[in-house]
Amino acid sequence: MDRPLTRNIHADRRPIDLRGYRDNGGYEGLRVGLGLSPADCLQRIKDSNLRGRGGAGFPTGLKWSFVPMGEDCSPGHKYLICNADEMEPGTFKDRLLLECDPHQLIEGMILAAYTIGADVAYIFIRSEYHIAAQRLREGIVDCEREGLLGDNIQGSGYSLHMHVHASAGRYICGEETALISSLEGKRANPRAKPPFPQVSGLWGRPTIVNNVETLSNIAHIIERGPQWFNDLGLTEDAGTKMYGVSGRVKNPGCWELPMGTPIRTVLEEYAGGMADGYELRGFLPGGGSTDFLTADHLDLAMDYDTIGKAGSRLGTGTLIVLDDATCPVGFVKNLMDFFAQESCGFCTPCRDGLPWSAQVLDDIENGQGKPEDLDTLERQVEFIGAIGNTHCALAPGAMEPLQSALKYFRADFEAHINQGCCPWKARQ
Amino acid sequence: MATIRIDQQEYTVRDGDNLLQTCLSLGLDLPYFCWHPAMGSIGACRQCAVLQYQNEEDQRGRLVMGCMTPVSDGAIFSLQGDKAQRFRKTIVESLMLNHPHDCPVCAEGGECHLQDMTVMTGHRDRSYRGRKNTHRNQYLGPLIHHEMNRCITCYRCTRYYRDYAGGTDLAAMAAHDHIYFGRHEDGVLESEFAGNLVEVCPTGVFTDRQLVHQYTRKWDLQSAPSVCTACAVGCNIVVGERYGKVKRVHNRFNAEVNGYFLCDRGRFGAGFVNLESRLEFPALRRPDGRYDALDHHRALEHALRAMEAEKVAAVGSPRASVEANHLLRLLVGNARFYPGWSRGEQGAAIRAMELLRDTEATVPDLAQIETADAVLILGEDVTNTSPRVALSLRQAVRNRARDMAGELRLLPWQDAAIRNLAQDTRNPLHIAAVSNTRLDDVAASHTCLAPPDIARLGAAVLEELLPGEGQHFGDPTVDALAQQIARDLRQAKRPLIIAGAGYGNTTIMEMAAELAAALCHGGCEAMLSLCQGEANSMGLALLTGTGGARVHRLEDMIVQGDIDTLLVLENDVERRCSRRGFKLLRKHVKTLITLDSLDTATTSLSDLVLPTASFAESEGTLVNHAGRAQRYFPAFPPANERRPAWFWLLALAHERGIEATSRLHQFDEITRHCAASIPALAGITEAAPRSQFRAHGLRVPRQTHRYSGRTAMRAALSVHEPKQPQDEETPLAFSMEGSQRDTPGALLPYFWSPGWNSNQSLHRYQKAVGEPLRGGTAGSRLLYRQGHATLERAAMPGAFEPRENQWYLVPRHAIFGSDELSALSPPLRELTHPAWLEITPAAAQALQVIDGDGLIIENERLRGYRLEVRINPSLVAGCAAYSAGHAGTFGLLPGEWVTLQKDPDWQRREPAVIASDRGGVA
Repeated sequence: MDRPLTRNIHADRRPIDLRGYRDNGGYEGLRVGLGLSPADCLQRIKDSNLRGRGGAGFPTGLKWSFVPMGEDCSPGHKYLICNADEMEPGTFKDRLLLECDPHQLIEGMILAAYTIGADVAYIFIRSEYHIAAQRLREGIVDCEREGLLGDNIQGSGYSLHMHVHASAGRYICGEETALISSLEGKRANPRAKPPFPQVSGLWGRPTIVNNVETLSNIAHIIERGPQWFNDLGLTEDAGTKMYGVSGRVKNPGCWELPMGTPIRTVLEEYAGGMADGYELRGFLPGGGSTDFLTADHLDLAMDYDTIGKAGSRLGTGTLIVLDDATCPVGFVKNLMDFFAQESCGFCTPCRDGLPWSAQVLDDIENGQGKPEDLDTLERQVEFIGAIGNTHCALAPGAMEPLQSALKYFRADFEAHINQGCCPWKARQ
Repeated sequence: MATIRIDQQEYTVRDGDNLLQTCLSLGLDLPYFCWHPAMGSIGACRQCAVLQYQNEEDQRGRLVMGCMTPVSDGAIFSLQGDKAQRFRKTIVESLMLNHPHDCPVCAEGGECHLQDMTVMTGHRDRSYRGRKNTHRNQYLGPLIHHEMNRCITCYRCTRYYRDYAGGTDLAAMAAHDHIYFGRHEDGVLESEFAGNLVEVCPTGVFTDRQLVHQYTRKWDLQSAPSVCTACAVGCNIVVGERYGKVKRVHNRFNAEVNGYFLCDRGRFGAGFVNLESRLEFPALRRPDGRYDALDHHRALEHALRAMEAEKVAAVGSPRASVEANHLLRLLVGNARFYPGWSRGEQGAAIRAMELLRDTEATVPDLAQIETADAVLILGEDVTNTSPRVALSLRQAVRNRARDMAGELRLLPWQDAAIRNLAQDTRNPLHIAAVSNTRLDDVAASHTCLAPPDIARLGAAVLEELLPGEGQHFGDPTVDALAQQIARDLRQAKRPLIIAGAGYGNTTIMEMAAELAAALCHGGCEAMLSLCQGEANSMGLALLTGTGGARVHRLEDMIVQGDIDTLLVLENDVERRCSRRGFKLLRKHVKTLITLDSLDTATTSLSDLVLPTASFAESEGTLVNHAGRAQRYFPAFPPANERRPAWFWLLALAHERGIEATSRLHQFDEITRHCAASIPALAGITEAAPRSQFRAHGLRVPRQTHRYSGRTAMRAALSVHEPKQPQDEETPLAFSMEGSQRDTPGALLPYFWSPGWNSNQSLHRYQKAVGEPLRGGTAGSRLLYRQGHATLERAAMPGAFEPRENQWYLVPRHAIFGSDELSALSPPLRELTHPAWLEITPAAAQALQVIDGDGLIIENERLRGYRLEVRINPSLVAGCAAYSAGHAGTFGLLPGEWVTLQKDPDWQRREPAVIASDRGGVA
């Protein structure tokens, strides 16, 4: 099986330096890419059918194509930003790529920046990833020394300067426009779209923000071609994907598998199935802000469209497993507390609606719930859960576990209210 | 135009507006919080949600935010749709989670936008059972009261304070539902425009600290349309009164002047009206120096007897109305009328008037200033002399941002998007001043020069625009700057030159006028704005400066002496002349009669004082710096024997048998007589409707229809409520009866509309949101482009040459303190400083002084001036800047050379810091 993203990653998670990376065929994609025109590079990415790995799954080539090029672009900088602010609950895929193969990202970023004509690139990394940040900084210095970054890269005439920026640490900074605000030194509030960052982003200039995993794919696609990449996927979606599982399974972890690998394969073959004595009640397929799926969905392919049709989202592709010994109300409340805490405080439904939902869940979990509380939660789901009712996608994301929990685990909510206590706590 | 459908009703509306402003303009009720007509949309509160349908077939629709949705032809919306209504109700319920139920003790109660919107959405029952978040409040100074628990986090305050007004010390802090709007620590808000937070905040987080202490509901205020007297800009204000006291000043929208905002000097500067020291009765001086109170008949008798003397003269005032000055001049005759300016002020005021009268350039109102695309400020510290102009300039420099937005097809109201796009891109603003100014942060260049050199910079720019005799500045840096300024001005479509009377230097103003003329000849719509000193400086200049009459100087008149009786109208002579001059006043004048609303040094010397009504208790016309005549009306009748100045003067004129006044009985007649006899002032009758004006046959009520407690207020005296005072002089009534419908803008005493109790009701009075008032914009412009600007090219002024051991005096204005009236207002008095003299660090070293020490200022004319030292590193070398308008600097003249020496007897206000106390760090 071809596993391009993790080919340099070993079980002991030792990092690879520039020489090792080059010895293993690294920066070959860059050589190929700099030989092509930016338009050709863009075409390869478009043809590759690569979709954004940060969670939304937006086609990368299409996103890049919105950046004004040549005469369409007013004079000034353009920016490429790598979103390495991996904060989604249950998600740890980017960390692996950042810590173990920093040059794969750097190479992908140079090519991405070349394609869109950016002359400055930032890696916006969550500050807890200090090992990764250090390795990236070292990698950038190495590249600058070798002429892979800086002015006139490899004699191509193209120049790019790359910087690592450690985030001050807010979940919302993972939202691309909030990330840009934060990078500008402002409050990390998301921005209304349009205008999209591709046109008016960092410092008001055209900017592309891509996830670590997305950018890590770029060099491989440029080097080996779009058809190769398309062939990697098992379903309509192309490439490989970093899948992960956390929760009470035998072997929690993170694996690179072909896009569209069935959930059952990930959960049972790679994660080893449920830990002894626990049964699967449901799982969040792509991090904390995706809808629950249940055992009925285990045979679905883990790709964007299939999971979307099942009523959830592929998200980051990292499953969080809910077992039968864990109270689903408490599980959802825990997530809601997180999202309420991480709201930037800009728009009302998120700032005040999430704490309100968290308070209702808290009451239910502690046996103080009332039957009409479920109506309140339904109303919150209806109003906060819809994209467009809030300023950004944080609050709708926060509502996804709640909304699906009300669907799949409604009896548990009612039991809390009827019994005046949490049945799981009562059992202990 | 676009045709849209809202709730099955078709409307033709302006394309590209957002739906919220469209709805409000159509008179439809759509609740909102974060949007503001002057600040645009950001989409934070999500309160203005409506349903939008994709097409005829779409039955479900989707929620969109009104403020973020442009209207376009064929769009279909529903405000009444069930889902939209439920959503808006939920939003208000969410905003209310942490809002305290303290409306009964909140100064915003009764005019609270949050109350209005809550009622509008129909939210009633609270389902949230959690605890409310609470915050610690901050001390933000004597002007603004902070009550953070009431906050609904709409972000209007920081958007206004930081984005609109350029303040830096108020910010949103923390995150999620703990957002806190405040300073990094307790302290006085730094912005000169902080007071607008009171009106910008939709609830009671930021309230008027004076009003909080003098608790009165909006519906219990008796209000009148008025004009701010704190500077020459003439912002339109609403003065609110109860129990005979001015309770507060609010903004009165005028699309051409102040728009939605005031400065803090104006908003909080009316407190002098309430001073206990103001006289209520005429006062006659006894030989022992104490005063007897008189009734007004006896007072007039005394005055008339004094005026029978042979040599009678009168001193007018740039802070008195046009009408009062006019009557005074009629009373004593043109030859014996002294306008009442100081030596420095007089030439500047008259020259500014002439330049503006004769210029070919547009003399802009504030709204026009906001359209400028390149600005040059020559030697005027606008933030401190005409503060509201500075706020407009902050908007002008953003025009390029709007142009950039247009290229991306962003709409002007997409505020956040435009700011993100443009970042720090601004239109060029060039400032030349004697030291740093408060606009430097948005300026393309700011350069510190002495006043003569500022004029030379103007000449150098002129040379670049119209190459002539090779008049260059002589300093390569300044000449390069002049080239840059000329380039920026030439490339602009609407360049604006600002100068003013601030430095008392007429050459600078002349250079500014020449620059504007040169730009006009270049074919663009150039603008020329000259800042003036006082509320009616322009009116007085138009009154005195025409007809070729010899203009007398007040101090010369006093020094020459030989006056039997001198009438002083609303003027403190001490402020206008040197100490010697003021001492001679008593010696050279046999009988001194003063008409004033204040207790001043001059009234304390007077033989007879006639107490006049302040601007809040009388009517009058003022002419602002751009030549706009505006009328103020009394909010309440003057107490006891106080009378409007025009009333006293008219009575004297009648008794004296002055022919011209024999047919004048009412205020309107004086205005008309003034307009008829002085061509330059012909337009003042148009400033406001006459007293006979009636809307629908009714007067305009000063009291709201909910005005309460009229009987109870006097119950301690009598339970019988007397007849309300009649107002013969204006179309307004001291009553809640009358009609406010279709009221002309000049007569609007307050803004209120059913369901809209807060000042947000303003849109119901506008043609459309943000547009002029339906009843017409208040005021009338007296200056029209004369088109004969063939100014003689002035010779290059001489360069400023610093002298050894001598300093060139320049005035330094302070927003709080330099203006006579507002400086007396108690909250502003807290923010004023005792008089000071600014010198450079080098001068301080040479003079062996540090901050807070005293300096003795002397020359052949000046003796006995002692001022506190302030070291200003940005001040031009060779200059010393004195705090203009502060007690202690009266009589100092701009451009005088003085010697300075350390005052050995000076008592420091605070002990000097010894370097070793700071750990040895000097």
